Amino acid sequence: MLQQIIDRRLSGKNKSVGNRERFLRRHKDQIREAVRRAVDGRGIRDMEKGEEVRIPKKDLSEPVFGHGEGGVREVVRPGNAEHLKGDRIAKPPGGGQGQGGSQASDSGEGEDDFVFHLSKEEFMQVFFDDLALPNMERTQLAETPEWKSHRAGFTNDGTPTNLHVVRSMRGALGRRIALAMGKRRDVIELEARLAELKALDPNDHEIQRLILETEAHIQLLRERIAGIPFLDPIDLRFRNRVRTPVPTSRAVMFCLMDVSGSMDESRKDLAKRFFILLYLFLTRHYEKIDVVFIRHHTQAQEVDEQNFFHATETGGTVVSSALVLMEEIIRERYSPSEWNIYGAQASDGDNWHHDSGRCREILSEQLLPLCRYFAYVQVAEAEQNLWEEYGKLSETSKHFAMRKAVEASEIYPVFRELFKKAGVPT
Amino acid sequence: MKPLKQRPAQPLPSPSDWTFELINEYHEVIRATAERYGLDTYPNQLEVITAEQMMDAYASVGMPVNYRHWSYGKEFIATERNYKRGQMGLAYEIVINSDPCIAYLMEENTLTMQALVIAHACYGHNSFFKGNYLFRMWTDASSIIDYLVYAKNYVAECEERHGVDEVEELLDSCHALMNHGVDRYRRPSKLSLAQEKAKLIDREEHAQRQINDLWRTLPRKAESDEDPDSAVRRFPEEPQENLLYFIEKNAPLLEPWQREIVRIVRKVAQYFYPQRQTQVMNEGWATFWHHRLLNTMYDDGYLADGMMIEWLKSHTNVVAQAPMQNLNPYALGFAMYTDIKRICEHPTEEDRRWFPALVDTDWEVTLDHAMRNFKDESFIGQYLSPKLMREFRLFSILDDADQSEYEISAIHDEAGYQHVRQALSKQYDLSTREPNIQVWNVNLRGDRSLTLRHTQHMSRPLHDSAEEVLKHVARLWGFDVQLESVNEQGEVTSRWNVLAPTR
Repeated sequence: MLQQIIDRRLSGKNKSVGNRERFLRRHKDQIREAVRRAVDGRGIRDMEKGEEVRIPKKDLSEPVFGHGEGGVREVVRPGNAEHLKGDRIAKPPGGGQGQGGSQASDSGEGEDDFVFHLSKEEFMQVFFDDLALPNMERTQLAETPEWKSHRAGFTNDGTPTNLHVVRSMRGALGRRIALAMGKRRDVIELEARLAELKALDPNDHEIQRLILETEAHIQLLRERIAGIPFLDPIDLRFRNRVRTPVPTSRAVMFCLMDVSGSMDESRKDLAKRFFILLYLFLTRHYEKIDVVFIRHHTQAQEVDEQNFFHATETGGTVVSSALVLMEEIIRERYSPSEWNIYGAQASDGDNWHHDSGRCREILSEQLLPLCRYFAYVQVAEAEQNLWEEYGKLSETSKHFAMRKAVEASEIYPVFRELFKKAGVPT
Repeated sequence: MKPLKQRPAQPLPSPSDWTFELINEYHEVIRATAERYGLDTYPNQLEVITAEQMMDAYASVGMPVNYRHWSYGKEFIATERNYKRGQMGLAYEIVINSDPCIAYLMEENTLTMQALVIAHACYGHNSFFKGNYLFRMWTDASSIIDYLVYAKNYVAECEERHGVDEVEELLDSCHALMNHGVDRYRRPSKLSLAQEKAKLIDREEHAQRQINDLWRTLPRKAESDEDPDSAVRRFPEEPQENLLYFIEKNAPLLEPWQREIVRIVRKVAQYFYPQRQTQVMNEGWATFWHHRLLNTMYDDGYLADGMMIEWLKSHTNVVAQAPMQNLNPYALGFAMYTDIKRICEHPTEEDRRWFPALVDTDWEVTLDHAMRNFKDESFIGQYLSPKLMREFRLFSILDDADQSEYEISAIHDEAGYQHVRQALSKQYDLSTREPNIQVWNVNLRGDRSLTLRHTQHMSRPLHDSAEEVLKHVARLWGFDVQLESVNEQGEVTSRWNVLAPTR
């Protein structure tokens, strides 16, 4: 008898994923805390990595009834080399430690925290949990509409694969009943007459003739009834599918960063951290989203991702140049009727003093009406005129938000605040 | 043992890498050898899995399917971490007490190890599962997988309907009482999955009706005061040891689906109960038989020398016993079965005095009898020989919390054999290893509080975690819960009180 060996190697990997998820869910708070700390401590390049998470052992314990210290117990051990009955051995200080007995083996190691590795995906998941782009709306697209096919009742023609058998048969049944109705009634009447005729004198020729005639008539009607087709082409019903255009949401995010001379390395680092978070968040959560990087000193310039985060260049500061460029790009490429437009700006608040008022004007009059949301992060403590001007703006416009972040550890909370999903408590 | 029909012309091929054909070839020889020894087993189902899948299996208490719970996730993470850091090797095999008996072979094993696993799991453990009275009485090998599938789906359904959090809390509470959710003496009836499902609906309705009965006394409180009968009526009439069963049937506030989950946890606990009671016997039996079978195959000329060395090395590691440490169940069990065989075949004068019934019997019959009719506690009480106690140099230490020193109560000498054996036997008695806690009383006419009673054994107190566990009991019961700890004189020495969770 040869027994079959089952090769399970290719099937059912990661059966414990569900259990792991539940474990992470349960310890969400500790994990969030770990993620927050990790983000603070990390360089820009390795923002996107997994993380070790520590959870105190006591938080993981599953209590059961067990014996505690004390009382009398007797333990049998192997390997006696020196003792005789009645020997007395001093107990080690600190209670009956070392007696272990039954419960010691199942926990593995005792004193340490429970440490485990959060994978990259899980890390990012926690990282951007509960965040979303605010005020996102679905806008109708003219050029490349998306179609969605869905069911819409039944039609009289279609391909055989779409044939709806039950509907068709129901129609056929109804048709057969309807067409045969009158004839059946006639048959019943004629049969009644036939019965009457047969009850009369059977030798009467006239009556004989009538009987034959009626019988022939009945026969004819029955044939007609039988002749009604069981299934007729007009009975057939097909499932109908129609295509409807679906409004899609497209979004563009403008990242505006100040790279002027007053932005020293640490401030630039703060700003970059903010944008890295934003960038990761956007690319993780939205498949179709355009990101436009603009950096400025006295002049603004659209750059690619690589240059935005890693190139170094300095000069004076004219913040409005970036806003103007953003407005131009919107006009050229991102029609507000088709795009959800977002803006995020980071600066140290230092600006050429005549420019700040202009920034406010451009924002309030040109950009904010086009944007769903505009966030400003200041990476320095000093409140200069830009902060004041923007402050006026934030009082009047709810699409505009501003925050300060002076240390790396503040970036993540500020980011979360700015992009908190509506309705989620902090 | 039946004789070998024909010696093979040459040993089986022994490359270190296994192939399906080779495993089949070895399995066939092992099967034939086991048959000659008359081992009675369930049919075998061998499954090759990867290390990762092995860890998956570890995490869900060795079962191929189980309901989802965070504690299994924790287990998995811990196992994975230890394994990746090289702090532990994975077990070479996992074997499931089911019919057919499923044995996992790990992909990484060499051919020799696969042969060892087959002999150990598919013929050792398998025959133990089929033969031992505890397994026969308490577990139903043919339906366990079906039941676990049912449990998994049921729990998943509940999660969908009532939320993951709610189910998780309930499972946490049930797990806390898992060890006290088994029937120790009463035998459950065996049901097939279909019957189980059909009964579910009946049970839900019936149980709910029962509870309503319990409730009914509430509005009639005033008049029942005058009724002398109900004033003395206790509930439960006798203390109940199966806490989960009691809660399933009597907790007033549980919903039907919650009762069913309590029941699922209880059933799973019951399924594992025999395993916890037969560690030494089960592992010893499997170890004894892989040793026996592979040795016989070598004598018959099936195994090459290299293979022999390889599995013996692994075998030696498995039965190693460090002095002064906890007893290794593999070592003790293997030594005991081997010793019984020796007593049957070559008894000494001492053995004749200690084991008159074993001497000069057929060892195969005697061993089979021992495997079938005992659990660890009674097995050691019955079969641990003085010779073995001397070899293991067993001694017993008395630890009285009131004394400042340990006392050596007995060692492996003429005066101490009986005592050591008895002490060791008790050490494996689950009822002394786990505190004895029973449902004592429900305050039927007052606040419906539940009173549990811990009866101390050798005045050993409860662990501090008792209060935490009690919170879980209160969550299940829905009203206040008390726990009294009673010493041997019947006096209550300590008391815990947990208020009902607010809803």
